[in-house]
Amino acid sequence: MIGLRLEPRPTPAPGLALAARIGAGIAALVLAAIPIALAGAPVGKAFALMAEGAFGSLFATSETLARATPLILTGLAAAVAFRAKLWNIGGEGQLYAGALAAVAVGSGLLDLPGPALIPIVMAAGMIAGAVLMLVPTLLKTRFGADEVVTTLLLNFVVLLVVQMMLEGPLKDPYGMGWPQSAPILDQAVLPKLMPRMRVHTGLVIALVVAVGIALVMARSVFGFQVRAVGENASAARFAGIGVTATFIKVGLLSGALAGLAGVSEVAGLKGYLTSDLSPGFGYSGIVVAMLAGLNPLGVVVAAIFVAAVFVGADSMSRGVGISSYIADLIVATSLLCVLVGGLVTTYRIRFTRPDPARS
Amino acid sequence: MPPVAPADRIGPVVLSLTGITKRFGAFVANRAIDLTLRRGEVLALLGENGAGKTTLMNILFGHYVADAGSVQVAGADGTLAPLPAGSPGAALAAGIGMVHQHFALAGNLTGFENIVLGTQSLWAPVSKDGPARARLSALVARSGLTVDLDVPVANLGVGERQRVEILKALYRDARILVLDEPTAVLTPQEAEGLFAVVRRLTADGLSVILISHKLAEVAAVSDRVAVLRAGAKVADLPTAECDREKLAALMVGREVVPARRSVGTPGELMLELQHVSVAGADRRSTLTDVSLAIRAGEILGLAGVSGNGQTVLAALLSGLVRPSSGRVRLDGTDVTRFSPGRFVQLGVGRVPEDRHRDGVVGAMTLGENLILEDLDSPDYRRFGFLRRRAIEKRAAAALAAHDVRGPGPDSPARLLSGGNMQKLILARVLDRKPRLLIAAQPTRGLDIGATGDVHRRLLAARAEGAAVLLISEDLDELFRLSDRIAVIQAGRVTPAERTEEVDLKTLGLKMAGQTERTPA
Repeated sequence: MIGLRLEPRPTPAPGLALAARIGAGIAALVLAAIPIALAGAPVGKAFALMAEGAFGSLFATSETLARATPLILTGLAAAVAFRAKLWNIGGEGQLYAGALAAVAVGSGLLDLPGPALIPIVMAAGMIAGAVLMLVPTLLKTRFGADEVVTTLLLNFVVLLVVQMMLEGPLKDPYGMGWPQSAPILDQAVLPKLMPRMRVHTGLVIALVVAVGIALVMARSVFGFQVRAVGENASAARFAGIGVTATFIKVGLLSGALAGLAGVSEVAGLKGYLTSDLSPGFGYSGIVVAMLAGLNPLGVVVAAIFVAAVFVGADSMSRGVGISSYIADLIVATSLLCVLVGGLVTTYRIRFTRPDPARS
Repeated sequence: MPPVAPADRIGPVVLSLTGITKRFGAFVANRAIDLTLRRGEVLALLGENGAGKTTLMNILFGHYVADAGSVQVAGADGTLAPLPAGSPGAALAAGIGMVHQHFALAGNLTGFENIVLGTQSLWAPVSKDGPARARLSALVARSGLTVDLDVPVANLGVGERQRVEILKALYRDARILVLDEPTAVLTPQEAEGLFAVVRRLTADGLSVILISHKLAEVAAVSDRVAVLRAGAKVADLPTAECDREKLAALMVGREVVPARRSVGTPGELMLELQHVSVAGADRRSTLTDVSLAIRAGEILGLAGVSGNGQTVLAALLSGLVRPSSGRVRLDGTDVTRFSPGRFVQLGVGRVPEDRHRDGVVGAMTLGENLILEDLDSPDYRRFGFLRRRAIEKRAAAALAAHDVRGPGPDSPARLLSGGNMQKLILARVLDRKPRLLIAAQPTRGLDIGATGDVHRRLLAARAEGAAVLLISEDLDELFRLSDRIAVIQAGRVTPAERTEEVDLKTLGLKMAGQTERTPA
């Protein structure tokens, strides 16, 4: 019998880490061929349709990038918090909180010219997301409450609050009874990047934010503190780094980023708030962050990959009659592959044969 | 009990390791090691950290599989048979028992329950304690390992727990007993008691492998010494034929010059604790009415058995916990704010007891670890961003000045060996020129070479006028470095005495709290 043994590598292989991630994405697509074939569809044609649906035309690319925009922001939200080992699973709720604040401020409360109103709307959304994340962070630092539980459960609380607001104070009086908010004022809408395409300025904002976050995490004192707290909180505390303060700051930042995703969706894409604004962008952001290895620039790539899988799977499902749930399957498989890939980068896999001389 | 002459009790070979080689990647942990152990013999396995002692024992116990070589163990009838590789169960069945440095006991079970745990069938309708008890009391009588077996292990002292561990191995019919650094947690008296037990058991036919890096105890109790260095066996000779200097040189591979304390003149009163108490949850985390004073240019040694409040005292003086009553005065000023950052500001250098947990961030680079306490300094930050050039310069200078050997300033700190990690922490702490230095177990787990380096650094800090509190469980170290020595026991600190006036026996009694039963 041939055995399999894992031996730790003395140093993780740096080039291998990137290769393992890319390999994991490819492996997930290859594995997806199995259910596609089982469903009786031609595998080659299915993948071709998927690629075409994601990048086959200017419109397709625009759709993919529009889908990637909130994923970049929620991915960054998860990536910065996870760096400090603050497990913010509440991106979804913070996204809705941001969207709620954006329509509260931007759909008529203030009537300012666009250049003044857009930053205000964005700030309102970010503050709402940040404040929402502040609560579980304080519960964690003060009482040791597990933030995985609190942030996760808050998602449902927020969604119910949003539904309540959409049925009540924020309900659009001209919405013909639909539970939706009044539309964002025209001057507060994030401009489209191209005529008749849905991709909007939110993408540019998300990319700038990603670069900024990458810089802050790698070069700033704050980023240093976040890494130190995440890697070894007790050594950081011993050295005089304010661990509680770092958690609070990174929690606020994470919540603000997810809130910004909500603003971007409302002000850039939909124009008004409904309670189905997000098909789980907050949760997908976690997957994006993990796929990216918590690297802020990697988040951009991972977000586009995930968005492409979803957008592509939609058009594949129309073409060959396979449920578009295949997208969830591919994304989940790629996450599993990345985790396995992580094993390869930290361990060397050895195959052993029993030694006849020794048994 | 009359001592038995070695020639009378040492019998035929019971364990034979031949050509054991183990590689981890490119690293050779064990290189063609041959080792034999005879009946009734105490073999000391001596070596620095990383010399391959642990790997060798892990192979013996089947935790690792050797790349080459074989292990043969004598059966009950005395004939040698090969031991299947990679099977801890087979090692146990062959009569090999091990007492780890960190005990493997369930604290909420009694000693008796710990010992019989796993030896009785899970399918038995009722557990039969009677025969087990009878066997155990016979064992206790024979070995002299007296210990209360009917209280939860958590309520036992460390020395008593060790006796439970040894009984556990003997109860499983161990004919070969491996003791891993057994005296690390014992008072001098307890260690002497352990050695008496070992002599008695070997006279009875047990064979013992004693893993140690303490030369004194090797000389005291072993019949033969095998020295490992860099994975290879470099010496194997009767204990009678070697002296401590020779063993040290064999272990390190060069002559060892121990650090020597010169006569100093203590200066101003730097640290003063007045009736300080810390209310903790248990014995380890409680201080009761502690008063002590350290002057500039002086090393105060604090002796004590592990778990008597050293950790909480170090935590207090590192700013991690605050006193529930009493005053802490630093250089004549009351300390009111207890936070690590504040203590760094006040010029307190802190060398933590657990360097992996509190000392370094393993995933961050050596350079980043060096500035961990300096994040507020304009030397290393500008507009909220790190000054990477300045950090690189600091790293290069500090690593050279403190002789930190590792893969380079940009590699993660976790790759450093224990000694180099400690040097890195000392570099970070001492480069700030602390007024007060708290060194908690600064050489724990370090080899002789690194220990000497740490000692020289502490003496250099003293020479530069720092007040040093040296908390240690190593009495050799305390006598060598300290100007005065105090004892911590059950959260209380005895008045310090000048080192020259301290008597080892009274020190041991103080460490034991004078009331603890002396081991049989």
